[in-house]
Amino acid sequence: MIDIRALDVVFGHGSKLHHAVCDFSMRIERGQSYGLVGESGSGKTTVLRALAGLLDRIARVSGEMTAARESLSGSRRSREFRRRVQMVFQDPYGSLHPRHTVDTILSEPARVHRLDRIEDRVVQALEEVGLDASFRFRYPHQISGGQRQRISVARALITEPEIVLLDEPTSALDVSVQAEVLNLLMRLKRDHGLTYVLVSHNLAVVAHMCEALSVMQNGSVVETMDVQQLRNHAPSMPYTRQLLTASLGYNRAAIDAFEEFS
Amino acid sequence: MPQAPLLRVEDLQVSYNTPTGLVQAVSGVSFELGREKLGIVGESGSGKSQTGRAILGLTAPGGRVRARRLEFDDVDLLRADARSMRRIRGGCISMIMQDPKYSLNPVMTIGAQIEEAFLVHRKTSTSEARRRTLDMLSAVKIRAPERVYKAYPHEVSGGMGQRVMIAMMMIPEPDIIIADEPTSALDVTVQLQVLAVLDDMLSEHRMGLIFISHDLNLVASFCDRILVMYGGKVVEECAAAELEQARHPYTRGLLNCLPSLDGEQGELPVLRRDPAWLTAAEGAQ
Amino acid sequence: MTLAVNLRGWLLADIPRSKSQARCQRFYIGWLEFQRNPVAMIGLVIILGLIAAAALAPWITSSNGLEPDLVNRLQAPSAEHWFGTDQLGRDIFDRIIWGSRITLYIVGLVTIIVVPIGLVIGVIAGYLGGLVDSVLMRLTDIFLAFPRLILAMAFVAVLGPGLENAVLAIALTTWSPFARIARAEALTIRNSEFILAAQVQGVSTVGILTRHVTPLCASSVIVRLTLDMAGIILTAAGLGFLGLGAQPPTPEWGAMISLGRQYLIDQWWVPTVPGIAILVVSLGFNLLGDGLRDVFDPKSGG
Repeated sequence: MIDIRALDVVFGHGSKLHHAVCDFSMRIERGQSYGLVGESGSGKTTVLRALAGLLDRIARVSGEMTAARESLSGSRRSREFRRRVQMVFQDPYGSLHPRHTVDTILSEPARVHRLDRIEDRVVQALEEVGLDASFRFRYPHQISGGQRQRISVARALITEPEIVLLDEPTSALDVSVQAEVLNLLMRLKRDHGLTYVLVSHNLAVVAHMCEALSVMQNGSVVETMDVQQLRNHAPSMPYTRQLLTASLGYNRAAIDAFEEFS
Repeated sequence: MPQAPLLRVEDLQVSYNTPTGLVQAVSGVSFELGREKLGIVGESGSGKSQTGRAILGLTAPGGRVRARRLEFDDVDLLRADARSMRRIRGGCISMIMQDPKYSLNPVMTIGAQIEEAFLVHRKTSTSEARRRTLDMLSAVKIRAPERVYKAYPHEVSGGMGQRVMIAMMMIPEPDIIIADEPTSALDVTVQLQVLAVLDDMLSEHRMGLIFISHDLNLVASFCDRILVMYGGKVVEECAAAELEQARHPYTRGLLNCLPSLDGEQGELPVLRRDPAWLTAAEGAQ
Repeated sequence: MTLAVNLRGWLLADIPRSKSQARCQRFYIGWLEFQRNPVAMIGLVIILGLIAAAALAPWITSSNGLEPDLVNRLQAPSAEHWFGTDQLGRDIFDRIIWGSRITLYIVGLVTIIVVPIGLVIGVIAGYLGGLVDSVLMRLTDIFLAFPRLILAMAFVAVLGPGLENAVLAIALTTWSPFARIARAEALTIRNSEFILAAQVQGVSTVGILTRHVTPLCASSVIVRLTLDMAGIILTAAGLGFLGLGAQPPTPEWGAMISLGRQYLIDQWWVPTVPGIAILVVSLGFNLLGDGLRDVFDPKSGG
């Protein structure tokens, strides 16, 4: 479903040159959930944006990408690709237009892709993410963070996509709301046969959601593994092992053994 | 606790007047703090940050703070005049904020800011202050203290910035540190390294810590004692090691809804909020 | 009474049932916010007064303010002539009222010309960036570099004196700060996640510019325009004073000051009354702009 080979992303020129992603490859089958894990600056979000064609005018992207049965180059994407591949962003406060009602936000993708029965689709999408029709004409500032993230998910579903790119979808939410959104994403995946690419710094979320994952550091993949390997606490690379130890909580003795990786 | 507590809070109330009516941010929080690590955990809107701010008199304008008792070392913090409050702030109780990017002055070098924090509370020469500042920077495990001393805040990383904040807050040798989500903006490994620095300094100088966080696991593994807050109230108080045996349904719900690293892919249990939690008396002691 | 209660309930309902209700609610909540600011309300009252004077001019005046009445020239303020009469015996009150139409005409025309130009140039430059940005912004800088009145005078000199040309000249010299503001807003907006989200949806660049970026830039441009309105009125008055704007006998306030200035010592009311009118209206726009800025503050979400 998604095949990326030797992806390179470079920001800036001269002394400000920054090689954000370097020789990145990944292969995801239809219906799979794939995790991209890493700390800040590891390039995980950049990979997602390169795939979605969002780096136009900002960065130079090279490498071979195929997704949703289309071969991709640069940052131009066909209308059909835009329909089949959708994205959910990290910040529920920043990813919805502050002056648009929920109805406007949800009907825009339907209008762009010239779909029929827009009104029915909006109501149905709201229902699918567990919100009733009373939310339809509210503004984003009138609803909570968790509800906003549900709206973002509903927006991604309107065009009946095959692939949904999830960029830290729950890291800005409280844990109880995170559980609700994760459950929602799991259910939607089952119901619609979606393929997910989940970017997260939270190993537990990835272990819960995904079947396979790549661990990234400084723009390159450190390790690719099956989720079982993660659940068994048996990653093979020292960097991954350290990440795993760190995500288990505070342990004074273990911290002194931390190494600098670069 | 072996000695008398440093800080006593009894029935703390923080309320705000808003156009839509009175909002009670904190209602009836009581606790005592000794030379220990106390964690305050809760979700957004639980009143955990408001509690920390009220202790230092940093409640936003429009807010009203009341308490039956709010004492630091026999000084009544609610009735203290501006001068003694200034002496207490920083000198006796310090606060570490979430993001060093916003809490450090961008146009002053790091060294100058730490020195200033020191000179406000101790009358010494500038050369002495400089020596102490460099000592402090090495104490928070900054490898090149001389270089960081001359650097500006934007020239250091997030983890380094938070170490600088710790150095700045620690240098007047306060008795209590209030840390409001001090490491939430940092990567996990850096977060733990910064906490280790804080931990070492606390045990060396025997200070008390109020650690405010949304991260239940982190607080459980870092602190000695935990208060769980919900809707402005403390719903549960327990020793950190006994968190797994928490009794309040809210605490249980929070623990259960975390995805687990070794868990199977099933539905996560969802927290069902009970309105009775807000009206019920203080949680089990 | 029940109707008013129902309307209020509809405007403040937690759950809006239609797009228009949601929109009305946003305006109503903004209005409630605005109402709480007494200074802004004074500004609004002044501007509404100006509009009312312009609309009702035929009914509240006794003359058209143009016909000379040399018998009654330079009369002091009295019950008959509230603000006195000028050197040609025309009632100054009537001329002020008729002049409010000209002021509104200037304000309206400048708005219609300046806002679209400023928004289009600023939003395109800010959102697209790169070469487009450089070219458009250097063009803006050229206009920004000249003192407004001097440039306006140069334009009028080329186009010929007259009210329309004065307005055109003012508009041509005023749009550049608005383009700058719109660009600054667009620069911050283009990096927000909701713009990325729109790109992922497949919204075209034109769609993003018109439906997503411009509405957010418009509010700060409108606020700045209201604040600048005082300066625009003063520039128009200045051109009128210099004889480059409205031509006699048009009752334009600046021209009235200009013609009355030789009587300042003995018949002070002749130039003073139009001066006060300019002052009050400029102040009104300033206070209104201040209030609007608080309401449009993006942090309040309204």
